[in-house]
Amino acid sequence: MEGSGRPYVEYRKVSKSYDGKTTVVDDVDLDIRKGEFLTLLGPSGSGKTTCLMMLAGFETPTSGEILVDGRSIQNLPPRKRGIGMVFQNYALFPHMTVGANLAFPLEVRGMDRGQCRERVERALQLVQLEGFEHRRPGQLSGGQQQRVAIARALVFDPELVLMDEPLGALDRRLREEMQYEIRRIHKTLGVTVVYVTHDQQEAMVMSDRIAVLRDGRVEQVADPETLYEEPQRSFVARFIGENNRLHGKVMGIEGDICEVFVGGEIIEAIRIAPCQVGDAATLSIRPERVAVSPKSGLYTNEMVALIEDITFLGDYLRLRVTVCRTSDFIIKIPNTVGHGALLAGDKILICWTPTDCRVLDPETEGEGE
Amino acid sequence: MTTITTTTAGHGFWHIAYLGFCALVFAFLIAPILVIVPLSFNAEPYFTFTEGMLRLDADAWSLRWYRQIVEDEEWSRALANSLFIGVSATVLATALGTLAALGLSNPAMPARRFATGLLISPMVTPVIISAAGMFFFYSNLGLAQTHLGLILAHAALGTPFVVITVTATLAGYDQNLSRAAASMGAGPLTVFRRVQLPLIAPGVVSGGIFAFAASFDEVVVVLFMGGIEQRTIPRQMWSGIREEISPAILAVAVFLIVFAVLFLLTVEWLRRRNAR
Repeated sequence: MEGSGRPYVEYRKVSKSYDGKTTVVDDVDLDIRKGEFLTLLGPSGSGKTTCLMMLAGFETPTSGEILVDGRSIQNLPPRKRGIGMVFQNYALFPHMTVGANLAFPLEVRGMDRGQCRERVERALQLVQLEGFEHRRPGQLSGGQQQRVAIARALVFDPELVLMDEPLGALDRRLREEMQYEIRRIHKTLGVTVVYVTHDQQEAMVMSDRIAVLRDGRVEQVADPETLYEEPQRSFVARFIGENNRLHGKVMGIEGDICEVFVGGEIIEAIRIAPCQVGDAATLSIRPERVAVSPKSGLYTNEMVALIEDITFLGDYLRLRVTVCRTSDFIIKIPNTVGHGALLAGDKILICWTPTDCRVLDPETEGEGE
Repeated sequence: MTTITTTTAGHGFWHIAYLGFCALVFAFLIAPILVIVPLSFNAEPYFTFTEGMLRLDADAWSLRWYRQIVEDEEWSRALANSLFIGVSATVLATALGTLAALGLSNPAMPARRFATGLLISPMVTPVIISAAGMFFFYSNLGLAQTHLGLILAHAALGTPFVVITVTATLAGYDQNLSRAAASMGAGPLTVFRRVQLPLIAPGVVSGGIFAFAASFDEVVVVLFMGGIEQRTIPRQMWSGIREEISPAILAVAVFLIVFAVLFLLTVEWLRRRNAR
């Protein structure tokens, strides 16, 4: 890990367009540090895979450039980049045994047989598949094939490994198991990993940092906690974790605190997006940061809410309420003494602190889903 | 009850009619070919069943025509020509067709459909037209009445088969395998030789078989382009039928049928292997 100095991978104003009209990747600037696990997270069509493929060399940027270790890799074909790659469908060679698959990158490099075998064994050990050398990929389960694919991407000791939604084809339990497995391998080897997924939970579990992409642009790059606690853009707030959004108009600004008019109420919130009095804005607040207040006067933001629906989820209750003329506002409250008294149709007092409520860029209508 | 019986009876009748119709279609397609087989064992120089043959008289059946074609110099030369021209044309057509299919399967290739159509065209153009064209063109180059000329002409006729079968196999080929191999440091040739070719081999081989069959039973181009030195089996049969009507031709025909069946079986076997 290098705290200071040059980033290992740099995207510099990288854009990609296939037809000259629509841009798939739009002016992306992104730094990836040596040894970190960085995830490109975004919905389908956000350009995350294209970003990865440009780094791997299978796509060429329309403009801008990508540097690895300070050198432009523009004119290097994929085979000379020395980057390990794990594909979504594993891309194991079906006509070769597991051993031959792993030996392939080594043989191509002209490594002698003994050394080759030793490396293959070590790689299989790393992914806990000792003794599988002579099997064919077709004889393995999905999870095992994925392990072989990972081992093959690592066997030639690349400094950078790219993974394109490698767990997409696995079932939920196996996926969670593999997430920790990949994390463990990353920690063991200290290799730089660039990982692509559309699954925010997967990104949260595995990554040192996450770059959230949308429509070919990087919305925010941060570690998982910051991304969850301090989203800079309403898209990020919506995409990472559960989130309530209120649409309103900025009425007054005082330092970091804005007064926003939402559905007949004035809400105080912390300003994140640059905004001026009169601007439209989206307020974002996490369901677990809303409290049910026993009496008024405790918080700056207090609202009367109508309970539409209560879902009991064991350790917490999930309330769907209407507040500020907005329905589908979600509140999560811990299942503590006294909350059994809540019923659908009740009017309750809810509240939150201004710092938990963030003023973000206005979301256009219908963009919600 | 009555209704049910009627329905079953009706069903039974139509089912039998259906089977009968299928049998007729089958006979229509196959009988003219199958009838050649017993006739080729005729002891007499006729194209018809003799009374003896119908009585299953052992003397009426013989292998004399088979003996004749094996001993006859013209037939041996025709076989040698057919094999030499066929194999050479196949090698050429397979190489060219595979390369073409690889290029045509690349999404980055411009005017793909047009190029595909152009490459496939020898298959849909009437052979007589191709043959006439080739004759004039190759004559100018001094290639008419040479083995090389026939090999080139047959390769042109066989290439579309290879293009089609290899393109079909490539449609099932995962391009990520080539990408994966490249990411591991393999050059384009290594990728092709060690990853792509082994996986598309069934398509390449069946294309090759079709190309060989196309050359092996081709007569029109040989009529135009071949001299006496380049007579192939079909060409020899052609003159056999015209000059001396002898069941020796039937014996050759049986050979060709056996060849064709073997080809088809091989292609089918490859197809199944590939489907797995």
